[in-house]
Amino acid sequence: MNELLSLLVDSSFWVAVLRIATPLIFGTLGVLLCERAGVLNLGIEGIMVAGAFIGWLTVHSGAGLWGGVLAAAFVGGLLGALHALLVVRLPLSQHVAGLGITLFATSLSYFAYRVLFPKVDSPPKIEAFSEMSWLPIPVLAEQTPLTLLAVLLVPAIWYVLYRTPLGLALRAVGESPHAVEAQGIDVVRLRSGPVIAGSALMGVAGSFLTLAAFNSFFFNMVNGRGWICVALVVFASWRPGKALIGALLFAFFDAAQLRLQQAGGGLLPYQLYLMLPYVLSIVALVLVARKAAYPQALMKPYVKGTR
Amino acid sequence: MTVLSINNISKRFDDLIANDDVSLTLAKGEVLALLGENGAGKSTLMNILFGHYVADSGSISVFGETLPPGDTRAAIARGVGMVHQHFTLADNLSVIDNVMLGTESILRPFASRAAAAERLQALAERFGLQIDQNALVRFLSVGEKQRVEILKALYRGAKILILDEPTSVLTPQEVAQLFATLKQLVAEGLSIVFISHKLDEVLAIAHRIAVLRAGKLVFEGGTKDATKAALARAMIGRDVEALPSVVTSVQPERIDQPVLALESVSAHADDARLKLDGVSLDVRVGEIVAIAGVSGNGQSLLADVVFGVAHVEQGRVLLRGKALPLRARAMIVHGVARIPEDRQHVGSVSDLSVWENAILPRVNDARFSEWGVINSRASRAHASALVKSFDVRLASIEQPIRALSGGNIQKLILGRELSEAPTLIIAAQPTWGLDVGAVSFIHSQLRNATARGTAVLLISEDLDEVFALADRIAVMSKGRLSQARAASEWTMESIGLAMAGEVDARSREHRAA
Repeated sequence: MNELLSLLVDSSFWVAVLRIATPLIFGTLGVLLCERAGVLNLGIEGIMVAGAFIGWLTVHSGAGLWGGVLAAAFVGGLLGALHALLVVRLPLSQHVAGLGITLFATSLSYFAYRVLFPKVDSPPKIEAFSEMSWLPIPVLAEQTPLTLLAVLLVPAIWYVLYRTPLGLALRAVGESPHAVEAQGIDVVRLRSGPVIAGSALMGVAGSFLTLAAFNSFFFNMVNGRGWICVALVVFASWRPGKALIGALLFAFFDAAQLRLQQAGGGLLPYQLYLMLPYVLSIVALVLVARKAAYPQALMKPYVKGTR
Repeated sequence: MTVLSINNISKRFDDLIANDDVSLTLAKGEVLALLGENGAGKSTLMNILFGHYVADSGSISVFGETLPPGDTRAAIARGVGMVHQHFTLADNLSVIDNVMLGTESILRPFASRAAAAERLQALAERFGLQIDQNALVRFLSVGEKQRVEILKALYRGAKILILDEPTSVLTPQEVAQLFATLKQLVAEGLSIVFISHKLDEVLAIAHRIAVLRAGKLVFEGGTKDATKAALARAMIGRDVEALPSVVTSVQPERIDQPVLALESVSAHADDARLKLDGVSLDVRVGEIVAIAGVSGNGQSLLADVVFGVAHVEQGRVLLRGKALPLRARAMIVHGVARIPEDRQHVGSVSDLSVWENAILPRVNDARFSEWGVINSRASRAHASALVKSFDVRLASIEQPIRALSGGNIQKLILGRELSEAPTLIIAAQPTWGLDVGAVSFIHSQLRNATARGTAVLLISEDLDEVFALADRIAVMSKGRLSQARAASEWTMESIGLAMAGEVDARSREHRAA
């Protein structure tokens, strides 16, 4: 108990929370955009791998760090466009297409990595983003600019969703594409846009891992973070503010289990600690998601002229 | 002054000719009724006008300008507004959000909500269409949703308003209110196309009437020159047969116990917003008890409870005085026949053949299967007999049932159930969406069944049907059921009030007295 209390006053603990939360914030906002428009995007796990790899590769080949982030966003957007083509225009099963994209993007990234770096024993490193020590805010000053970007994106996306005509149309198309069609707005374009934008955010989420957290690329580095984001969106009831809270909460559990693992020594098997954030997430999800009001048209393909 | 002219529109869907060289005009300040049976092509024509479909040939002009085909935005911009039969509202958005949707350029960085709210309020006051702007649409009644749809069109500056079957979901009082609104709109110079298949309404509101049959315009003229009989003949292409009179000579043996009794039954639907709240009812031998009400007030749930597919939380359901395990299997075995509301998805399995569907509820019966193997010869023979005696039109009983029209599917379901001589029939919206011929066939079959002693629980939103068939009527509103009273004790007015939920107060007074 004492360890737990001392954690809460330890600023390095909160630094860790925010760092762990950053890719989750990007990813959750990405999923949120897709699902608000009525599209489930299970490609997130693979898109994060691709973003992590491309971001790292771009920087490794000599471009700047922001160039790497942009490249990751671009590749994420490209994969999002593929997903939109498959599930919005055609429209195929959103589950199958999403899982397909995850398998495709993951395998292609690993393959390209192996082809480009066939003989390396330890993954090549890059110079990662440095901390924003110029910032006069305590915990945030020890983060990279990507974390600041993630936090600022939350009000930005809230504003777009709730204060602009585009956001209104986007929310409407996830609720009732027929209502949107009846206003003469192109449902396919209106759904594809958020899927591409959301997927670009997922790419950025991946690039955070290589460009800010680990400064190199290795296999299994995304490690299920994408799936966590899909669950966090339900936890957040599809609201940007709550998505931020959800990501921070998960990161809190994750950072806490790392500390407790060290503090607890050999008392319990370490796997129990590893399990902790996931178990608590499931509990939180059960408590919150029972009342979740899904976007009414989520996962419902829209074909013009049918009901 | 002509505001709208439809010139030689034709449209085919594969083999089906939906519109065949239709030409119509609409004058300023006029209500034109577009009359026709389901599938006559009314909605197709209006969807072409509104740019949802593109016509194969022909053109449409509004205020003298030709509309580009397939362009909804252009239609809206020229002042065409449409209130769809199935509302195009997003349930989880507020009224004002729904109204604003699509009215501002999608690339604008901000929305002018305050100005929009003010304009909407002004419109609402001017036309007497009061509405809470910030309420979520899903909490509105059907009548209020329709009001939002009309406001939506007016907000976009509609000069020509198309209403697709606007009265099918309203109580009689709401219909009267809608008509008052329409008259005011016309007085202000708007023009209205009113799509309907109900003759009385059309004669009450329209200045001019056009009748479509099988995609062709078969009648056009002023309301003064039209009679109900002539319009009906134009709609179905022949004289409507009068309903065969009820066979009253076979008096069923009177027994004291009701066939079906519900004792303060409470239940919840999956969707927690809907519930049954202490519903009591009985249905006796040889009588038809109708449950009237506006759609979505718990009638479907009541049907599910009696079918044994919904969970009862409180109260008892008795079949001939005995409490049964409320499972679909037990209900079927004890002679409860069901005609479900959704004939395509619940009443039948679309991809199975006609004969398979004909035996489906009783496939374990010794007649149709032995040792778990279907006796296909007996099953096919049974299906063929049903098809013959219930006049199901089809090419072969091997066809998948989805190839049949709605009316023929319903006839097969009806035959499947009636041929078992059930003790109780629960018929939910048995004639919804069917043409006049099929409706009168199904009505006479239900009556004949009661003459043989079957009890019928009829659930219907169509008041004409309720009054045509029922011995007693109860009204459902917000999950509560009024007392069942003899059909002669109800008037259109009292039933409308009950549908709107006024019955609670009245029955409380009743009890107090």
